[in-house]
Amino acid sequence: MLNFSKINTLIIYCIFLTFTFCASLNFQKEDNLYIDKKINLGLDLQGGSYLLLEINSDNLIQEKIQDKVIPIKKLLKENNIKYSNFRINNQSLTLDINNFDKFDLLFNSRKDNFVNPYIDNYRSFELIYKKLTSTKIEILFSKFGLLTINNSALKQSIEIVRRRIDDIGTKEPTILQRGEKRILIELPGLKDPERIKALLGKTAQLNFRLVTDNSEFGTEELISENDDKLNVSKRIIMSGENLIDAQPNINNQNNEPTVSFTLDRLGAQKFGRVTTDNVGKRLAIVLDDEIVSAPTINEAITSGNGMISGNFSFQEATDLALLLRSGALPTPLVVVEERTVGPDLGEDSIKSGTVSLIVGFILVILFMLYKYKIFGLIANTALIANLLILIGILTILEATLTLPGIAGIILTVGMAVDANVLIFERIREELKTEKSLIHAFDTGYSKAKITVLDANITTLIAAIILFAFGSGPVKGFAITLGIGIVTTLFTAYFLARHLTSLVVLNAKNNEIKI
Amino acid sequence: MDKKFNFSSKFRLANIFSLFLFAISILFIIFKGLNYGIDFKGGTLIELRSSNTDASSIRSLLNDMNLGDVNVKNFGKEGDYLIKVEQKEISGNKLIPEIKKKLSDNLSTEISFRRVENVGPKVSSELLESGIIAISLSLAAMLFYIWIRFEWQFSIGSIVALFHDVVITLGIFSILSLEINLSIIAAVLTIVGYSMNDTVVIYDRIRENLNKYNRLNISEIADLSINDTLARTIITSATTLLALLSIFILGGEILRGFSFAMILGVVIGTYSSIFVASPMLKFFKVTYKTLEKEEEKIVP
Repeated sequence: MLNFSKINTLIIYCIFLTFTFCASLNFQKEDNLYIDKKINLGLDLQGGSYLLLEINSDNLIQEKIQDKVIPIKKLLKENNIKYSNFRINNQSLTLDINNFDKFDLLFNSRKDNFVNPYIDNYRSFELIYKKLTSTKIEILFSKFGLLTINNSALKQSIEIVRRRIDDIGTKEPTILQRGEKRILIELPGLKDPERIKALLGKTAQLNFRLVTDNSEFGTEELISENDDKLNVSKRIIMSGENLIDAQPNINNQNNEPTVSFTLDRLGAQKFGRVTTDNVGKRLAIVLDDEIVSAPTINEAITSGNGMISGNFSFQEATDLALLLRSGALPTPLVVVEERTVGPDLGEDSIKSGTVSLIVGFILVILFMLYKYKIFGLIANTALIANLLILIGILTILEATLTLPGIAGIILTVGMAVDANVLIFERIREELKTEKSLIHAFDTGYSKAKITVLDANITTLIAAIILFAFGSGPVKGFAITLGIGIVTTLFTAYFLARHLTSLVVLNAKNNEIKI
Repeated sequence: MDKKFNFSSKFRLANIFSLFLFAISILFIIFKGLNYGIDFKGGTLIELRSSNTDASSIRSLLNDMNLGDVNVKNFGKEGDYLIKVEQKEISGNKLIPEIKKKLSDNLSTEISFRRVENVGPKVSSELLESGIIAISLSLAAMLFYIWIRFEWQFSIGSIVALFHDVVITLGIFSILSLEINLSIIAAVLTIVGYSMNDTVVIYDRIRENLNKYNRLNISEIADLSINDTLARTIITSATTLLALLSIFILGGEILRGFSFAMILGVVIGTYSSIFVASPMLKFFKVTYKTLEKEEEKIVP
């Protein structure tokens, strides 16, 4: 175990130097164009906000099932199936029909079925029906149908969240899908996430509807900007989809902040037609079921440009313009988890983390020197190399260092000497019976090998499970702990062994104390 | 270290002591319960720094807001406070700004909000669930690994020791009403790894000595093996504890709970590998034949 070929020695030190070089990348002042890798600091160290948002697709399912009403009725009529008691429930439709077999044939037809499309990939229809009584059926979305609605809503939400956050202009945001219903957002350096939360909390469904005089059928009562109640037609003239731009402005006449918007061609046509036909009437601008303003149409607007005024502050006008530009979220988003760390706490954490790392390191080094003298020096060299390689690997992986991650490094420092302690103690035992120095070291290393491996693999198992199940900062701990074990094995069994062999092979008079 | 300690004569006493601690821990965990932090219970946590205010004025301001259970305590330095608000249901996204506003408006001192965390009830129960799964899974993985590397008696013995460590650590957290949060779960998992590490070293030596001295009984073998590895056990525990003490004292308030759990775990884990894991082999009447049988099976 003490013989090293030249090539092996070369490889060992090359590995060591490579990773040490990588570790040094973190300390260069100017950006290196060739190798631009660094350890990222976690939000708990650099400060920032972590938000976990959840979509709620219940409303969406309700909407989508309502969209099916007209096609289904049409299908039944065209095929002379009589129906009655057609009811729209929360997430399903119920109706009585007379010709059940015919309905089944049409509803579950795999060819040109526009009402209930069949998707080959998933081997499923979009809708399914259940027979409640001999005549009554309930139509609802199949598992696959629900999944599609959910997935497209989630994808769309992520896109719009990204647009809104980019628009606000935070540095290096991370926006990721997490599971089936969640969006994870990390905003480094952000002190106060309240504005972002407020902006993401709005779906921003904008539409234009006419104000009616009386509460006839097809109208609803909405609260206006002056807290009045207004009857507004349910018919949507135009929605936010037709908007191509929105900007905050200051109205020249009264110095009030407003939002000016531009419509696409289709929107401009619709808007022109409606405003021409309804001069003198009031047009309600409705955002998320609240009237932003309801101005009177003075003249036809055909240019496709318009303005929304509504007692805004300039900040509100800016935010509204941003929301309109980014588009509407398909469903409301709820913040289910939030963690924000201020930059000064992050700095404090880095400071205390570094101080405890250095102190812990020095304590361990002194202890090993005291205990093993020259071999303590070897163990300590291995320990320093271990730390450098660990940092080098973290740099290459561009891993995120968190406060628990620093704790993981310190713990590695404490536990890393274990491998060398095991070996040295074993050699001590061998020396009691073995006369030849080289022989004692050799068998010491061989015999301790299995124990060292067994002992480290158990900790590695714990680290892997922690990585798989841990979240956020805890993952950072698992990474440093896990990599630390691998680097420990390398430094103990290659680097420290090589150094030991140098000492032992050059020992004079066969005398060495361990 | 040439002194030999007679560990096996103390096994009985140690086992009674362990059982006693174990039972007390279980009783506390069941009847007093664990003090879950917001990670597992849901709620809001705010850490603030102020130059001149006290916990009671913060508390009375928050009590005016009818937030339910509010807990305010000094956190580390003077002027640093940690506020925990239990949240029974989702009160929209407005709770945190309201609390911040209330405090900034009414306390006659500059306040900086250093940390704000809010965990919804759904997420917290998921976090708890995945924490429990992670610990159980790691125990199962260890059981499996030792079963492959050693015999089933060793496997059971090491798991009993691990279980002992985890339960007593949690028991002490229950007795002292210390908070259980995500980092404590990380600590418990590391304890599992560390304690296992310690046990494996001794088991490894027991296996080796069983093969070497087949005239000795298991008590003598255990004694011999524990003594053989004692220097290593002490040195490694010492260096690990040195590193952990450094985190505990200098690592700041956030890491204190974590490092405390780890310190407890290292002490208990070291104890258990000597006084729980090794007696378990005696209990199973392990002899050199136990190893032989297994070998015969493999090589027919």
